[in-house]
Amino acid sequence: MKQRLSTLMVAAVMTASFAAHAQQPAKKAPPPAKAAAPAKKEGITAEFEKFREVLEEDNPAELFEAKGEDIWKNKKGPGGATMAQCDLGLGAGVVKGAYVQMPRWFADVGQVMDAERRIVHCMVKYLGYKEEDIRKQPFSNDQRTPDHVSVITYVAAQSRNLKIAAPQKHAKEIEAYRIGKEIFAYRAGPYDFSCATCHGDDGKRIRTQDLPNLRKPAEAVKAYQGWPGYRMTGGFMLTQQWRMNDCFRQQRFPEPTYLSDSITALLAYMTVTANGQVYKGPGIKR
Amino acid sequence: MADPMKIRAQMKGDTAEIRVLMSHAMETGQRKDNAGATVPAHFIQAITVDVGGKRVIQGQTSTSVSRNPVFGFKVKGAKVGDKVVIHWEDNKGDKRTDEAVIAA
Repeated sequence: MKQRLSTLMVAAVMTASFAAHAQQPAKKAPPPAKAAAPAKKEGITAEFEKFREVLEEDNPAELFEAKGEDIWKNKKGPGGATMAQCDLGLGAGVVKGAYVQMPRWFADVGQVMDAERRIVHCMVKYLGYKEEDIRKQPFSNDQRTPDHVSVITYVAAQSRNLKIAAPQKHAKEIEAYRIGKEIFAYRAGPYDFSCATCHGDDGKRIRTQDLPNLRKPAEAVKAYQGWPGYRMTGGFMLTQQWRMNDCFRQQRFPEPTYLSDSITALLAYMTVTANGQVYKGPGIKR
Repeated sequence: MADPMKIRAQMKGDTAEIRVLMSHAMETGQRKDNAGATVPAHFIQAITVDVGGKRVIQGQTSTSVSRNPVFGFKVKGAKVGDKVVIHWEDNKGDKRTDEAVIAA
């Protein structure tokens, strides 16, 4: 062996994606920074942000992207139909950039649909999925990630680094935005909460979680690109519909049925507010 | 059959940075399902990494590693174009091998 590779392991940093988090404070900032920093982020938030940055480079969402891509490209429904026939608003089979241009009006169904709703619609129509089955478990849990969640992740990833441009041309698209805006501000339930209670001002948070002000484009995009996202707690992919449903639950509202019109309207409001911002999802969340 | 890994391998100076994302449930065997039954342990227990035909890592992992884990390594002496072969095996005998080439 002439040309011996001096293969030296400098550091076999086995970064177990989150079990390691307890051992991480090794390279902490020097203590004085804590006391100074007038524009300081809350210490714990800053720590979590660092943690998230590290993980963003290797977002396990990619694993679901790959699964979704496989379903989109290879899965055949009854009669050999594929997702290539699915029109996400930019023509049959066009995925690139489609995600950031929904919710939009779809003439074939006479409805405004958000991305998740449209994808489920297509999977039922072309791939032979049963809507009842999807509704039985619409969201991922530790046992199973439903196929449509992977497809959504794939479609979302195909719009990475593109500008959000939800259309507001059709009368129904404008209507959806308006309804969404109204629901956003509608106070109800035992806590007399609205979405705006938490998401209508700057600088709010729940425990250590910063809450974006969804009335501002630069903030709305943060919420928009967080989902679909990989949740490290539990380790599975969750979608925008899940986030919305869970916000309803947190407000002690009755939980909406999966893919309901009201959620599409709220997503229209959030997406249109974020228009012009660059989408950097799929996200990763703790 | 297990899902594919995602491997990224890139030269940074004279060091190759290799990162791999594995798709695995990594069950600890300590969790119970909704019915109260214990979810059996299921985890990756052996990992090997070969770079340019030479074994650089042979490791054992256990249940303290998270679901869908990410591993990162730095390897000195590798060069652009070297093949990276990563292999894992879990406690149920399931296994997976994936390859990548070190990019500039």
